[in-house]
Amino acid sequence: MPSIRVLAEREEKRVRFTGGHTLCAGCAEPMVVRTVLNAIEDPVVVASPTGCLEVASSRFPGTAWNVPWIHVAFENAAAVISGVEAAYKALKKKGLIDKRIRFVVFAGDGGTYDIGFQALSGALERGHDFLYVCLNNEAYMNTGVQRSSATPKCAAATTAPVGEVIPGKPQERKDLTEIVVAHGIPYAAQAAVANLIDLANKVERAMKYEGPKFINVLTTCPLGWRTPRDSAIQQAKLAVETRYWPLYEVIEGRYKINYKPKERVPIEEWLKTQGRFRHLFRDPRGKELIAQIQAEVDRRWELLLKKEQCFGVGD
Amino acid sequence: MRKAITGHKAVAEAMRQIEPDVVAVYPITPQSEIAEYYAEYVHDGLVRTELIPVESEHSALSACVGAAAAGGRVMTATASQGLALMVEVLYIAAGLRLPIVMALANRSLSAPINIHCDHSDAYLARDSGAVQIFAESAQEAYDYTLMAQRLAEDMRVRLPVIVNLDGFTLTHSVQVVDVLSDEVARNFVGEFKPIYPLLDVERPVTWGPFAMPDYYFELKRAQQAAIEAVPAVFLEIQREFSRICGRDYHGFFEAYRLDDADYVMVVLGSTAGTAKVAVDELRAQGMKVGLLKPWLWRPFPIREVAEALSRAKAVAVLDRAISFGTMGALYEDIATALYPSPRRPVLVNYVYGLGGRDTAVLDLVKVFQELPTIKATEPVLRYIGLRE
Repeated sequence: MPSIRVLAEREEKRVRFTGGHTLCAGCAEPMVVRTVLNAIEDPVVVASPTGCLEVASSRFPGTAWNVPWIHVAFENAAAVISGVEAAYKALKKKGLIDKRIRFVVFAGDGGTYDIGFQALSGALERGHDFLYVCLNNEAYMNTGVQRSSATPKCAAATTAPVGEVIPGKPQERKDLTEIVVAHGIPYAAQAAVANLIDLANKVERAMKYEGPKFINVLTTCPLGWRTPRDSAIQQAKLAVETRYWPLYEVIEGRYKINYKPKERVPIEEWLKTQGRFRHLFRDPRGKELIAQIQAEVDRRWELLLKKEQCFGVGD
Repeated sequence: MRKAITGHKAVAEAMRQIEPDVVAVYPITPQSEIAEYYAEYVHDGLVRTELIPVESEHSALSACVGAAAAGGRVMTATASQGLALMVEVLYIAAGLRLPIVMALANRSLSAPINIHCDHSDAYLARDSGAVQIFAESAQEAYDYTLMAQRLAEDMRVRLPVIVNLDGFTLTHSVQVVDVLSDEVARNFVGEFKPIYPLLDVERPVTWGPFAMPDYYFELKRAQQAAIEAVPAVFLEIQREFSRICGRDYHGFFEAYRLDDADYVMVVLGSTAGTAKVAVDELRAQGMKVGLLKPWLWRPFPIREVAEALSRAKAVAVLDRAISFGTMGALYEDIATALYPSPRRPVLVNYVYGLGGRDTAVLDLVKVFQELPTIKATEPVLRYIGLRE
C-alpha cells in the first residue's frame, strides 16, 4: 500500500496535476485528484465532465494537467472514457501501443449522480476498464450551489433555499454508491478527503481489477457548505465519525467497512458546523428535522453493518 | 463487384472496408440495420473494430469523441431523434476538429412521432460545424461514405462528416451497388494519422479546454477556416475516387440537363432520382428543364451554385423540412447564393415529403409546369402533395 512517503516522492517526481489552477482557497478537490493520480503508477489518461475541476484546470491557453486530459460536456464523462478505452484496446490489438495505460474519470456529484448517471450506468454495464472517481461535494457548486441528488436533506441550496415554508432540500440524498454496487462491478468504495491514505489504498486496490472501478469521495466545499476555508479535512472527518459518510469498499460483491467509529457521534455535531444547516438550529422545527436526519444516518449505517455481516470479506 | 443490396448494407460494407478502430452506435429506425450489420462483422471476426453498444445516441457520439481524441479512427450512424440527442456533442466534435464519419438515415423529428423520411434531422445539424453530404442512391451512399472518411481525415479539414441517406427510400430498398474490392477501397481510404492523441502519454495534451471571451472568438474563426477548406479537398477526393471506381463524380452538385435549362429544380437526396424522370418527360415534350442536386450541403458551394443557376428563368427549391417561421433552409442557401448575381431567376420554395409523404413524378412535373406562370419571387412557402 502506498505510504505518505511514496505518494510524496511520486508527487515530486512527476507532478500530474499542477498548481496554478483556479479552484477556490480551501477546496478539497486538488487533494483528492493528486492522491488518486499518485496512487497509480502507470501512465494515465483522465476525463472530466463540466464542473468546478474542469473550468478551474483548463482555461485556454493554460492547463493544470500534466497528463492527457479531456473534457467534452457535462453528462458524458463515462461515455467519453469508454471511447478512449475502446480506442486503446483497438490500437493495442493492432500493435500500435504497447504501454499499459490506465483511465480515470474525475467528476462532480452533479455530473455523476444526476446528469451523468445514465452514461455512468452504461459504462459500468459494458465493463470498460476504468476508474471513476466522484468528487462529491453534495451540490452544483460550479454554477452556484444548486441542489443535486447528492445534497443532504435540509441542506440549504440556491434551488432548495430555506424558505418560510420549506426548510432547504426536502428529499434525502441518493445512495449512489449502493446503486453502483448493484451493477456488479469488481470494485466500488466510499472514501473521504480526510483520509487520504485510505483513499490511496483504495485506488491501489481498485486498480488491481480489470473492469469498472468506482470511488465516491466526500470532498468538502467550503463555499457551498458555508464552512471556514481551513476546515475541509475537519469537515470530512466529522462526516465519517458521525457515520454520515462511512468509509467502506465492496470488492467483487464483498463488503468491508474500513473504519468503524468507536463512539456514536450525533449528526448534530457535523450539522452545526456548517452554514448550510444553520437554520436547523434556529427554527423551532429544527429538532424534529435533525432527528429525522439522524434516523436516516442510523438506518443506512445499520444496513451497511448487516451487509458486511452477510457479505463480508471474512478477514 | 455489383451486388443487389439495401442502402444499409451499402453503408455497412463501406464501414467494413474502412474498418474503423471504434464504432459506437445505438439503434434507431431507420438506421438500426447499419448497427446490426456491423455487429455481425465484429462478432464474426471480419473486422478488428471495438464496437461500443452504448446506452444512448448521446453516449454514442460522446464515445466517438473520446475514441477519436484518443487517436482512433471512428464511425457511427443514427437518425432523427438520435441525431437530436447527439447534437450537443456534434457541435463539440466539430469544435474539437475530430474526423468522425456518421451515416444519417434521414427521418422526421417528433412530434408527432413518425419513423419515415424527411430532412428535419439533417437540418437540425445544419449549423453544427459538421460537413454534410447527401446521397441520391445506395451507390452514392456507399461511395460517399468512403470519400467522407478521406475528407474528414484530411489534414486541412479534420471535421466530422455526415453522409445523409433517405430513411426507408434508400436504407431499406434494394438497389444494385457496385462495391469496390476491399483492397481498392482500403488503399483509397488509407491509414489514419491521429493528431495530438490522448494515448500519447509522453506528450500530454489538454482536450476540450474552456475559453473565455479573450480566445473563444478566434477559436471559432479558426473552425470556420477548416470548413472553408472543404470544397477544394472535396474536389480532389472526388477526382481520385472517380478514377478508381469508374463512376463520374465531379463538382459539389450533380447538374442534370442543366446547361440550357430555363426552369430548374434544386432538391437533396433520393427525390433527385424522381426529379430526373420528370425532367426527361418534360424535355421529351420540349420544355427546357433541368435539375441541380447538391452532394455537398455544408459547406454550401455558394459561388458555384450561383453560377449554375444564373441562366435560369425560374428555380424551384424543394425543402424536405420546414424551418418553422421562415423559408426553407435550402431555399435560403440558394437565395443567399443568387443575391449578388446580376441576373436573378425567379425563386419558388416548395416544402415536400414530410414524414415520408410520397412525392411522385407527376408532382414534380406539375412543379415544373407551374414555374413559368410565377412571375416574381415571393417569400411564401408552397407545398407539394399536401391536403389543405
